[in-house]
Amino acid sequence: MTYRLGIDVGGTNTDVVLLDKENRVIAKTKTAVTSDIVTGIRTGVGSVLEQSGVDGAQISHAMLGTTQVTNAIIERRELNDVAIVRLGAPATRAVKPLAGWPDDLRARYAEYSWIVGGGHEFDGREIAPLDEAEIRSIAESVKGKVQAVAITGVFSPVNTDHEERAGGIFREVLGEEIPISLSYQLGSVGLLERENATVLNAAVSSVAKRATMSFQQALADLGVHAALYLAQNDGTLMSVEYALLYPILTIACGPTNSMRGAAYLTGLKNAIVVDVGGTSTDVGVLVNGFPRESFVAVDVGGVRTNFRMPDLYSIGLGGGSRVTESEAGIEVGPKSVGYRIVEEGRAFGGDTTTFTDIVVALGKASVGTHPVQLPTDFAQKAYDIAMAKTAEAIDRMKTSAEPVPLILVGGGSVLLPSELEGASEVHRPENFDVANAIGAAIAQVSGRVDRIFAMDQKSREEVLEEAKSIAIAEAIRAGAEASTIEIVEIEEIPIAYLPGNAVRIKVTVAGTLATYNFGSKVDAYASH
Amino acid sequence: MRRLIHAKDIDYLALGATVLGTGGGGDPYIGALMAKQAIEKYGPVEMVSIDELNDDDLVIPSAMMGAPTVMVEKMPGGDEPVKAFTQLEKFLGRKAAATVSIEAGGLNSTIPFVVAAELGIPIVDADGMGRAFPEIPMTALHFGGISATPMMVADEKGNTVLLSTVNGAWTEALSRNATIVMGGSSMLALYGANADKMAPNLVHGTLSTAMKIGQLLEAKEDAAVRLANLLQFTDGVEVFRGKLTDVMRRTVDGFARGTVTLEGMGVDSGSVCRLEFQNENLIVMRDGDPVATVPDLITVLDQETIHPITTEELRYGQRVIVITMPCAPVWHRPECLELVGPRYFGYDFDFKPLRPLTTQNA
Repeated sequence: MTYRLGIDVGGTNTDVVLLDKENRVIAKTKTAVTSDIVTGIRTGVGSVLEQSGVDGAQISHAMLGTTQVTNAIIERRELNDVAIVRLGAPATRAVKPLAGWPDDLRARYAEYSWIVGGGHEFDGREIAPLDEAEIRSIAESVKGKVQAVAITGVFSPVNTDHEERAGGIFREVLGEEIPISLSYQLGSVGLLERENATVLNAAVSSVAKRATMSFQQALADLGVHAALYLAQNDGTLMSVEYALLYPILTIACGPTNSMRGAAYLTGLKNAIVVDVGGTSTDVGVLVNGFPRESFVAVDVGGVRTNFRMPDLYSIGLGGGSRVTESEAGIEVGPKSVGYRIVEEGRAFGGDTTTFTDIVVALGKASVGTHPVQLPTDFAQKAYDIAMAKTAEAIDRMKTSAEPVPLILVGGGSVLLPSELEGASEVHRPENFDVANAIGAAIAQVSGRVDRIFAMDQKSREEVLEEAKSIAIAEAIRAGAEASTIEIVEIEEIPIAYLPGNAVRIKVTVAGTLATYNFGSKVDAYASH
Repeated sequence: MRRLIHAKDIDYLALGATVLGTGGGGDPYIGALMAKQAIEKYGPVEMVSIDELNDDDLVIPSAMMGAPTVMVEKMPGGDEPVKAFTQLEKFLGRKAAATVSIEAGGLNSTIPFVVAAELGIPIVDADGMGRAFPEIPMTALHFGGISATPMMVADEKGNTVLLSTVNGAWTEALSRNATIVMGGSSMLALYGANADKMAPNLVHGTLSTAMKIGQLLEAKEDAAVRLANLLQFTDGVEVFRGKLTDVMRRTVDGFARGTVTLEGMGVDSGSVCRLEFQNENLIVMRDGDPVATVPDLITVLDQETIHPITTEELRYGQRVIVITMPCAPVWHRPECLELVGPRYFGYDFDFKPLRPLTTQNA
C-alpha cells in the first residue's frame, strides 16, 4: 500500500492530510504555523503518521503548498542579488527596469540592471540583432556578485530565440549553479509585468531552494522519502526541479488548493466555492474543475505583475471576526482575533465577541467549550449583516442570475447556514476543514502556453496544434505522465490594430503525476 | 494661467485621462511612467493657456500611434517623441514655442509632457478632442481646417518618415502603415500651426480637467461623494448602475469591438443595459433605447473605487456605474458627426446629445 501527503501552509495553520491510493483521507491534522515553517510541517506530518500508523517509507508522494516565497518577498527576506537584463534596445529605454517598484527594492536592484540590444517585434522580426558581446561582458562583470539572473526580451512570447541565446551566454560564463530566469516562461505580453515577475522569480530562487531542501530534510527525518511536488497558483503541481526554476509560481497557491479540494470532495466541476477562515472569507469560481483566473494586474509586495491568480473576492469575515456595537451601528469584522479565538472568543471562555460567538448564541452551530449568552436582537442583527456580506460576495462572483451550486470549505464554514441566497444547493463535503491540503494532494501536473501567434502563414488548426504541443511538452517537463495529459482550456484572444491576424493563444493541459519522474534531469535554466 | 506640472500631477492626469478616454485611448500607465521619468530628469513642465502665447508662435502637437498591445510590450526608446518633433521643426524651418496634446483621453494626454520636459517648452492646457477617438482626423483641428501634415513619424531605431498627404483618410492610412512596418507603434509630430489659428480649434482646459478628475477620484471620501463630485465637475450624469453579466468581443477590421450586458441594481433593478464599444465606448442602450451616444463621453466606473474601467478590463461580475458626460461643442456640428456620430459606427440612429447645444455656451 502506498500513500500520499498533502500539506498546506497557510497564514494561521499548517494543514496536513494523509491519503491512501484511492485518495481517501486516512488522517488529518491542523497545527499552528511556526516562524520557520518547517517545524510546523514536521509536527503535522509526524502527527498524521502516528494517527494512522503508516510507515513513512510507504509514502510515495508529498505535495506542499507553502507561503514561504510570498513571505520572502513581502518581508524582503533572503532575497538574491539579481542581474536584470532586458533585451530591447533601442526600444523600451523610456521606461527602465524596476519602474514603479517600491523605493527600497528599487534601490537594492538598480545597480545590476541593463537594457541591451535585441528583442523582437510583434511579428517576430528582430528589433535589433542580439548584442552578444555586451551580454558576455555583463555576465563577466556580475560574476561572483549576483546569485541569480533575470532575462526579459521584448515580445519573447512571440519569439523566444533571443532570451534563449542570452541565457546560454550567462550559463557559459557563470556556470551551472546560478539560476537563470527567462521571462517567456513566466508570463505573457506586457513587458514590465513580465519582467517584474522574472526578477522576483530570480530573487526568490535561493529562498525556494532552501525551503525545499529543509522540507525534504524534515520528511527524511520522519523516514519519508517520497517524490516531492510543490503546488502552484493555478491549482496544479510542479516537480521539485521545475519549482526550483519557477519558484514564483508557488505564490498564493493556498486559495487555489482550497478550491481544487472543494471540487474533488464534491465531484462538482462548476460551482462557487466559499472558503471561510479565521479572518477572511474567499469566494472563488470553479470552471471545469479549475479556479477562474483573474485578469487584473496583481501586486506582490508592492510590485506589479501579471501572474495567473485565481479570481477571488475576499471579505473581512471569518470565525474570529470581532463584532462591535457603537453609535455607527453594529460592525462584523474586518478586525479579527485570528487564531487567538481559542483564548479570546466567548465560546472558548474569553470576553471578546466574535462572529463565532454570534452563531453559537443563536444556536445555529455548536463550537467551543463555553455557552454564549448575547442579547438575541443584537446577535440576530450581527448575523444578518454577516449573511448580507456573504451573499453579496457570492453574487459578485456569479456570472448569471441563475442560482448555482455552492461548496463550503474551511474551518469557519460551519458558521454558515445550509441555505444561502443565490445558491441552488449548498454542499458541505466531509473533511471540508482540510480541503486545501487535500487540494494539494490530489492535484494534477499542468503545462501552459500563452503566446502570440500569427495566423497569416498557417491555418488556425496548425497554430492551435503547435500551441497544444508546446503546452504538452511543458506538462511532461513539470512531471506529468504523457499518456494521461488532457486539454483543460483553450482560449484565443484577437489582438487589435495589428495586421496578419495576430492572436494570443492560451492553452492549459493537465495530466496525472508520472510515477517516476527523476529520470530526466531538467536543465538548470529554461530551455527546451 | 501658468502652472508648473510635477511628477505627482502626472499620476492625477493619467487617472483623469482614463475617465476622458471613455474606455479606450490606450493605458496611460506607460505614458505616465515616461512623462514622470522625463520630469524627474529635466524638471517640472510649465502648462499655459493658449492666449498666453503670441499669435505667431508655432505650436506642434505630439502624440503616439499604434496598437495598445505593442505599447505595453515594446515601450518607446524615449528619444522618438523629441526626434519627431525637432525633425518637423527642421522641415518647417521654425522652432515651436509650445506643444499640445491632440487627445486628452488615455495615453496621448501624457506624451507631450515628455517633449515639453526635454525641450524646456510649455505645454498648452488643451487638446484636439476633449476625449479619445481611434483615428487621426477625428480632431477639432482637422475640422478647423488645420492639416495633420506635414507630419513626422518616428520609431525607436532612429527612422523618421515625413508625410504630406491630400486628405485625412490618406494621413490615417499612410501613417498607420508606416507604424506597422516600424513594429506597431510610433511617435508623431503633426497638426503644427500658429497659436492664433490653433486657438479656436482646440478644446481648452482639458489637461487641467483631467488632473482635477484624478484628484477628485483619489480624494479620501466615500464612493458616493467622489461620484457626485465627478458628475458635478464634468456636468455628467449616471445612466445605469448594474452588474456585468456578459461580455462579447470580436475584432472587426483591426478594431476591438464588443457588447457588454448589464443587469440593473438599486434604482435600475429590473432593467437591462447594453453597452457597445469599438476601442472606446460608443452607445448605451437601456431596455432597447439609446440613452447615451458617441461623441458624448461614456465611461464605466467601478462601484466601489469609482475608478474607470477600460473596455479591455471589462469582465463578468463587475459592479459598475455607467456615466455619460457632454462632449465638446465642436462635435455637435453635422460635418463632425459624419465622422464620429453613431451612424459612422454603423448604428441606425442619430446622436442624442446629453446637453443640446442651445443650453451650452457654444
